[in-house]
Amino acid sequence: MTETANIMDALPLRKTALHATHHGHKARMVDFGGWDMPVQYKGLIEEHMAVRTGVGIFDVSHMGDIQLRGPNSLAAVQKLLMNDASKLQIGQAHYSAMLYPNGTFVDDVVLHKLGENDYLIVINAGTREKDVQWVRQTIGSMGGLHITDVSDYYTQIAIQGPKAKDVLQKLTKTDLTPIKNYWFTWGEVCGCANTMIARTGYTGEDGFEIYIPADEATSARVWGEILAAGEEFGIMPCGLGARNTLRLESAMALYGHEISDTINVFEANLGRYCKLDKGTDFVGREALLKVQEEGGPKRRLVGLEMVDRGIGRDGYPVLSLDGKVIGEVTSGSPGPFIKKNIALAYVPMEYTELGTEVAVEIRGQGVKAKVVPTPFYKKPKPASAV
Amino acid sequence: MSYPEKYRYAKSHEWVELDGATATIGITDYAQSSLGDIVFVELPKVGQELTAGSTFGSVESVKAVSDLYSPVTGTVTAINEPLNDAPDTINSDANATWMIKVETKGADDLSSLLSAADYEKFVSEETGH
Repeated sequence: MTETANIMDALPLRKTALHATHHGHKARMVDFGGWDMPVQYKGLIEEHMAVRTGVGIFDVSHMGDIQLRGPNSLAAVQKLLMNDASKLQIGQAHYSAMLYPNGTFVDDVVLHKLGENDYLIVINAGTREKDVQWVRQTIGSMGGLHITDVSDYYTQIAIQGPKAKDVLQKLTKTDLTPIKNYWFTWGEVCGCANTMIARTGYTGEDGFEIYIPADEATSARVWGEILAAGEEFGIMPCGLGARNTLRLESAMALYGHEISDTINVFEANLGRYCKLDKGTDFVGREALLKVQEEGGPKRRLVGLEMVDRGIGRDGYPVLSLDGKVIGEVTSGSPGPFIKKNIALAYVPMEYTELGTEVAVEIRGQGVKAKVVPTPFYKKPKPASAV
Repeated sequence: MSYPEKYRYAKSHEWVELDGATATIGITDYAQSSLGDIVFVELPKVGQELTAGSTFGSVESVKAVSDLYSPVTGTVTAINEPLNDAPDTINSDANATWMIKVETKGADDLSSLLSAADYEKFVSEETGH
């Protein structure tokens, strides 16, 4: 038996402030974007199910954070990112992306408006250096702007699942109910004053992400208090394995998979977050206008569900039913909650219609799959108040 | 982790039990634990000829795919069919969960394999603890 999954080159790995805590939980660790991170604690499927049906917590401190401040910060954000930041109110966040001039991705991000002339861009771990460099290169020469890499200031913990609010509410006096999805506020959490509490996440469930001081003692204490508060709800610490299957069931993009410097916004099906007509030019806009003028993308990301027995994995070829290679799986896995083998894949436009049958090449064999709507999983709507 | 002494072990993490000319093959406790939740197995067809060191199938967890290598040369005489629907049985008890039975041509097929103690040592060297 030999691992055939990719193993990245061993470089000195970075550790979050919760590293020792993860070892205390006997987590299995992996190299993720240069970070030594927990891939699972008790078991991926159990952790996945905890988030879908109860609550789980994730150490997401490896995510990077760039703060932009100063009178020109809105202009800078508008030039740097594809979504329309002028629409954000203080305490509001949205999904966006930094693009190259050809309309492909530097990274996808979540932009938070902290205050007037004060923005926080949350970026991916593996792209942190590249992103910071890109930000400085793109908007660094603008006056009236402070760019600060604040990635190391925070331990970021995600509390996710239908019971996430109940757990976090036990640890703060701040009323969490009025915080809408993709909004945030500040409050005392576990004795940490002025903690940013955001109703965001990467699991397709309700949940929060909190930003606490990055020292080891505080980080470990808060982590422990969240676990204790969540005990009655069956809380589980969750690793990157469950984080990946949760985001895949919810069809959320992962940098290096669904989005990269060879994939443009329309191909990735993220046009709804790209505001070509926001009134200011941004990097990548011109190229994307041209893509539109020329009739749109030639290929697009679709959701696939395996019809026959087999699991399509990252990088596996997608075939037409007559055996021609037409595309590639970008992420593929069993969906632990939906109990189907699912994948995201790029295929030519003529194969994107729902119900289209294709095949995924698994160890030399074409295994039948079909194009299905995404997300594969949608969280149940909360019961409306009577 | 436990590694029964009656089995012999391959460095590719399969166990084999030889009863006369019949080899019964599964994956080790270490293998199932490293893989995590097993969700899929692909086994050969009865009648397939295997040579020692060749792949006879694969096992998949949520995250990873691993090839299965035959420790022996011979003909597949049986596969553990229920594993197709309940692959997680392997996680519950890898030592008691066989995958295939192979009719060997007898003799010294197992000479290159490890004893339980040597396999345990091999695993601890491989994992560094």
